[in-house]
Amino acid sequence: MAVCVAVIAKENYPLYIRSVPTENELKFHYMVHTSLDVVDEKISAMGKALVDQRELYLGLLYPTEDYKVYGYVTNSKVKFVMVVDSSNPALRDNEIRSMFRKLHNSYTDVMCNPFYNPGDRIQSRAFDSMVTSMMIQVC
Amino acid sequence: MVDAVLFEFLHTEMVAELWAHEADPDPGPGEQKMNLLVLESMGFRVGQALGERLPRETLALREELDVLKFLCKDLWVAVFQKQMDSLRTNHQGTYVLQDSSFPLLVRMASGLQYVEEAPKFLAFTCGLLRGTLSTLGIKSLVTASVAALPACRFQVVVQRS
Repeated sequence: MAVCVAVIAKENYPLYIRSVPTENELKFHYMVHTSLDVVDEKISAMGKALVDQRELYLGLLYPTEDYKVYGYVTNSKVKFVMVVDSSNPALRDNEIRSMFRKLHNSYTDVMCNPFYNPGDRIQSRAFDSMVTSMMIQVC
Repeated sequence: MVDAVLFEFLHTEMVAELWAHEADPDPGPGEQKMNLLVLESMGFRVGQALGERLPRETLALREELDVLKFLCKDLWVAVFQKQMDSLRTNHQGTYVLQDSSFPLLVRMASGLQYVEEAPKFLAFTCGLLRGTLSTLGIKSLVTASVAALPACRFQVVVQRS
């Protein structure tokens, strides 16, 4: 379902980026990069509105003709960006939220791993296999 | 409640192990500092991981004061099963957190005995605070001081660049 998944650090460099290897992957990298601006806009807009209850899930960032891009930010300002195929109409908000929740849980596990230095690229195989399960799922 | 005791014992052993090699003929103040630095950096890494895991769904940490309150309430309860007793600030980046009966010191003495040895047992916790603050986006310097066991205070100075 997900065509590309990216984990971006607080300083806006990618910690992990993986896409379905069928097409020009650079296009996905570029989409993730442009979506960072939208994420920053959403974060700062929420801050100014003085909302008491802020959500981690940012929702649909922007749609293009083939793909939709969703965002999620954690308390430590680490951003998750997911690019999803538009041709799948049955993909509901709940499912996207649950996918982000799984990503967040796996990222927390990576952080707690003593062999991982915060700020390095994520090389954990467990994280890889969780992302693969999210990408391969085709309904 | 068994996990609290496990952490206390582990922490005591960590400190004891680092200081067990001080039987060298010429320890010097450098050695002491190395050990304190090792403890503090261990605490820092643990704090970084905790800072990611604890505030899972709460994104209400908008300001610095909110983050400090989170430290005093949620972090302290998670690690030591009690809340911090008082938090004071000068609103210019310095915060003083006071704990009148710090669990890692409470078993040692209550009074002035062992006050010189107390800093060794506070280094890990200083690192813990610094690590959690750094994951939540605040660069800081944390020091601890003890006037009389088991009360201690942690001073957090936020470094704004």
